[in-house]
Amino acid sequence: MSDPVGDNKKLKGCEFSRWATQPALIFTLIFFVTPLAIMVVISFWQRVSGKLVATWSGANYIKFFGTDYLLESLINSIEVTLATTVISVLLAYPLAYILAFRISPKWQKIILIFAVLPFWTAYVVRSYSWLLVISENGIINYVLTSLGIVDQPLEMAYTRGATILGFVHFFTMLLTLTIYANLVQIKPSYQKAAEDLGASKLQVFLRITLPLSIPGVAVGAFITFVIAIGDYITPQILGGGTEVLVPQAIMLQVSRAANFPMASVMSITLMLVIVVVYVITAKHLKMDRV
Amino acid sequence: MHRLRNIPSYVYLVLALSFIYLPVVVLVLFSFQDGVLPVFPFTGPSLQWYEKMLANDRLVESLGNSIMVALLSSLVTTVLGFLAAYGMARRKPRFAGGVRFVLMAPLTVSYLIIGMGLLITLNMIGIPKSLFAVGLGHVVINLPLCFAIIYSQFGDHLRNIDWAARDLGASDGQTLFRVIAPIMKPSLLASFCLSATLSWDEFIIAFLLSRFDVTLPVIIFEMLRAGLTPEVNAAGTMVFAISMLTIGITAICMFIAFRGKK
Repeated sequence: MSDPVGDNKKLKGCEFSRWATQPALIFTLIFFVTPLAIMVVISFWQRVSGKLVATWSGANYIKFFGTDYLLESLINSIEVTLATTVISVLLAYPLAYILAFRISPKWQKIILIFAVLPFWTAYVVRSYSWLLVISENGIINYVLTSLGIVDQPLEMAYTRGATILGFVHFFTMLLTLTIYANLVQIKPSYQKAAEDLGASKLQVFLRITLPLSIPGVAVGAFITFVIAIGDYITPQILGGGTEVLVPQAIMLQVSRAANFPMASVMSITLMLVIVVVYVITAKHLKMDRV
Repeated sequence: MHRLRNIPSYVYLVLALSFIYLPVVVLVLFSFQDGVLPVFPFTGPSLQWYEKMLANDRLVESLGNSIMVALLSSLVTTVLGFLAAYGMARRKPRFAGGVRFVLMAPLTVSYLIIGMGLLITLNMIGIPKSLFAVGLGHVVINLPLCFAIIYSQFGDHLRNIDWAARDLGASDGQTLFRVIAPIMKPSLLASFCLSATLSWDEFIIAFLLSRFDVTLPVIIFEMLRAGLTPEVNAAGTMVFAISMLTIGITAICMFIAFRGKK
């Protein structure tokens, strides 16, 4: 430390390493933070005969929450996203549980990788692939009609159910990953101790394994919620025109009307919903750790 | 006894995997269809839809655009992420928590909202819709991931190596690019490949920020308006195959990175 040359070099290093963080930070500030701030400002502007007028008025927000079909898109989005999250957790939990506790360690990783590979099918194509399965002349209807189970093809595509199906397929893979990662971290000694003390299999699961795995469920469910509620493609391709979700409403405002203030209002509303969900999830996480 | 008890588990496992693989199998199978509809009965195999796809000028052009955007945006992302991770690990800057919060924040915002914000902002500064704008958007969404991957691989041993290099007289640039970067190569490659895969597959930002030159997902989305056609199956299968390839390389890099750390 007393060596002046060494000190000098360390000092130089410090200055440089401080500089090293700047490009990424400045980039994020310019192309992420600033755009969000601009959206907040613009959401209070008015659009008068095709031109933006700088005002501070809550008229857009009042219009959003006062117009039936706009408010409905928000309610639709929340319903679809909640259904998606719940169904995905219910499907993924047993899968993750089986992988973690019923499969030999040698096979666990291989089956897990195999189970999440389709995660990387092209985003746009994933929804389209489900159309091949559920559309009027798709696989399921082909099988059902040729077996004579139904006379008329079932109408499964272009419904809310189809949107949820597309979402559930994607997020089951994601949730299996987060829940599995959590389950394998639980020390087997906890479960053994409970068994030794006379707990039944069900009691061990309900009072040891399940509570300890809640963080993995919460993390996965939060990611699911955030991605699903902001997704445009899945409801657009699989849901068709039957009902509009918020991302579709935003895209309509942008592409048809070029109404950026209204699109900003909806985007900010979406972000507020996500913040609320984050607060709820974070609270649950803490409560379960205590 | 043990085996019998596990039968319901295996049944569930098989059912779940079938559900996960059903659309993928259907997609790939009917890309080799010999008719005009990608549904039963299967009449192939035939490569006619791959030929048709490769004869589609707009699709091939968008394929080139996608690769270019993916490679360039990932290069920028990895360099920015590497420098930031180095800066944070080498010596914690003031407000380290705040800096990390800002760098990671884009992860919690929907791509749609990030794209919308960029659309409005670039409109204001006067940067037109273009592949360049798409690339900027992809750097925004991938930077947090790349930063996190590279930062997680910076251990204390690197700080000592960094000091050692300086004591031996290496300049900042020499230390960074001839000592630290080579050691970090696996995680740099992993973050580059992951970022390239995500950019390659990204739709909504590319859709919002491009106009005349578009990327492959945007073209595929346009093709969907024509309804079900094996040509989309062929394009989708190709995209999937390329993603698999990049993910494979990423996985190998990560494997080497983590083994190197141990």
